[in-house]
Amino acid sequence: MLHQPAVPVGKDPAVPYKMRLGIWMFICYSLFYAGFVAVNLINPLAMSAIVFAKLNLATVYGFALIVVALIEALVYDGLCRRKEAHFEKVEKQSNKINSKKGRE
Amino acid sequence: MAIIVFLIFVIFVIGLSLYLGNKAKTSSGYYAAGGQIHWGVNGIAFAGDYLSAASFLGICGMIATVGYDGFLYSIGFLAGWIVALFVVAEPLKRLGKYTFTDAVDANYNSRGIKLAAAVSTLVVSLCYLIPQMVGAGVLVEPLLGLPHAWGVIMVGAIVITIVATAGMASTTYVQFLKGALLIIFSTVLVAAVVIRGISTQPDHGGKHDFYSYKTLTAEKSGNDLIVSEPGYVVLGQTEIKGGLLFVKLAHDGKQTWWLAAETAGALTLKETQSTVSNAKGKWINGAPASVENQLRQVGNLEQIRGQRDAKTGSLSLFGFLSAIADKETVVRTWKTAAFADGADKVTIYYPKNVSGDRFMRPGQKFKVEGTLLERLDFLSLMLALFLGTAALPHILIRYYTVPSPASARKSTIVAIAAIGFFYILTLFMGLGAMANGVINPLDSNMSAPLLARSFGQLLFAIISAIAFATVLGTVSGLIVAASGAVAHDLFDRYLKIKMDDRQKVRAGKISAFVIGGIAIMLGILFKGMNVSFLVGLAFAVAASANLPAILMLLFWKRTTAKGIAASIVVGIVASLALIAFSPELYTLYGRNPLDAPIPFNNPGIVSIPLSFITLVLVSLMTSHNRNAKTS
Repeated sequence: MLHQPAVPVGKDPAVPYKMRLGIWMFICYSLFYAGFVAVNLINPLAMSAIVFAKLNLATVYGFALIVVALIEALVYDGLCRRKEAHFEKVEKQSNKINSKKGRE
Repeated sequence: MAIIVFLIFVIFVIGLSLYLGNKAKTSSGYYAAGGQIHWGVNGIAFAGDYLSAASFLGICGMIATVGYDGFLYSIGFLAGWIVALFVVAEPLKRLGKYTFTDAVDANYNSRGIKLAAAVSTLVVSLCYLIPQMVGAGVLVEPLLGLPHAWGVIMVGAIVITIVATAGMASTTYVQFLKGALLIIFSTVLVAAVVIRGISTQPDHGGKHDFYSYKTLTAEKSGNDLIVSEPGYVVLGQTEIKGGLLFVKLAHDGKQTWWLAAETAGALTLKETQSTVSNAKGKWINGAPASVENQLRQVGNLEQIRGQRDAKTGSLSLFGFLSAIADKETVVRTWKTAAFADGADKVTIYYPKNVSGDRFMRPGQKFKVEGTLLERLDFLSLMLALFLGTAALPHILIRYYTVPSPASARKSTIVAIAAIGFFYILTLFMGLGAMANGVINPLDSNMSAPLLARSFGQLLFAIISAIAFATVLGTVSGLIVAASGAVAHDLFDRYLKIKMDDRQKVRAGKISAFVIGGIAIMLGILFKGMNVSFLVGLAFAVAASANLPAILMLLFWKRTTAKGIAASIVVGIVASLALIAFSPELYTLYGRNPLDAPIPFNNPGIVSIPLSFITLVLVSLMTSHNRNAKTS
């Protein structure tokens, strides 16, 4: 590491899991976003259709893109935290075992 | 009132910067606030950084004038955070130290990457700085009664003070404050808009007389026109490109311009607004221009759900949107035409009615029903907005201000919540500005503050001060990023100039002065352009120059230093060249946009893939060198 971070960053065994999860969630959202662009390009008039609470598809899809981004972000954070907690627990247990062995 | 609120805010911000200045004596303190900012504060500061003049002034102005097309920017700007969160946030935090260059160069130590990435940071930051400075000038005109140029100079001076005193620490707290205030008071403004409701004759709660534009009937007699109403004399006619016919009439000693239109076989003349300039002076709507005689603010609903004289009273949030989007609602939008009439230079602002359902879906600005090229332009914009956020240097450096990768992730989520909420509000504020008739025909960027003024001076003062703070916060972040590129990447890393920690901070401060000066000049030069459009271009440059390098570095093991450097250079050059020869820039040069050699305005669809392809090809061609070195 030639340009070390501004503050030291510890080892994180959850990195591969988080990267994989991030890519999958990114792909899901990208498809949702691409759907919005595609509807506008293929059938722009469909955006005027009333679909929910007297709102048209353009408004509902636009709001949904914002709300879904937040929901996905919260789900991603929840899953990452769970994995980090799992590895933290495993590390604590292995430290406990190692210190026990050391004492023996 | 506005001046007092504004001054209190500026004094507070500068005081805070001086106080925090003590914490920025080291380069880590100056460039990354010591890496100790709490993730919650950083998340709101992200929002403060990101919700720039483009978001508040530009998007609201664009929604007010072209409807849903303006909201596309809100959607794209927010969606870009998904790329930042899922792909970039944590890995970047692990890789970098102070700047974007640190991250992309972390595994290579390549002079080529250092130079290319530093130049890219500078170019993107300057592209992004232009609209912020334009926004500053726009705000100061009505707020303090100063000319545009003074507004730009004032912002430049304050921001240089903020950045030069405490770097990232003061910048972070200014952004936190501004982000929080912007969201709170935008919510207040939206609540006021829906409580007031909409009307076909908006009178700002009885405080303002609605101006009804006249329509006259006329008849053709050979090549001549005869107006049916007495007292009107036809002085001339001018037909412009696109077949629009404008008629000059004399009435009550005034010369005014009218738009001719044939409806159901009858010829009508619709009243317009006009400015006429010649050697003798300037006339607005037929009378000499003066402080009192300016162009009237425009925008209103001609019909609400088919009713010509309607007033809804308080509405629910969804009720407000559905009333405007109704098929039988008619929105009066305003277009501009310019031509010469003998020695007179004439600019006409003429009305064009659009049905509510058309106004509330894409198509007014981005022609999704148009030619293939016009559709590609829309696709290109959406691509650049989606991919641009995670490549903006002033956003990326904020990941270095938090203590851990998990904090980087959490602060991004706070940012998404705050920014997403604000972007939903932009739709209400933009439509509110249109429905309340507060759009300045010369500059749509002031729509949100003028909407606030329709509710009273106090709200106007607060919203304007926040809008000004919006510019301050974003410009501060951009100048920190750009000064880091010059002092840290170029002087320290690339040129290897020996500097101790204090000298590095000094170099950063001097760079901030120089970049601030350049930003002031550009802000004056680009006066009058919609700030959202300009930011959209900055996103395209960032997405083309930086994103391929970041993504491939993280996810393609065969990426080489030369591949990264080449892709950054190609991304910058291609995107800037495409912008420079685009129709919108041709309009800015004063030339016919149809003569522009590049037929679309948004370069991303060409420059982003080109940058990716360059990285892959150059990496493949140079990977054997890397393998040889490794072995």
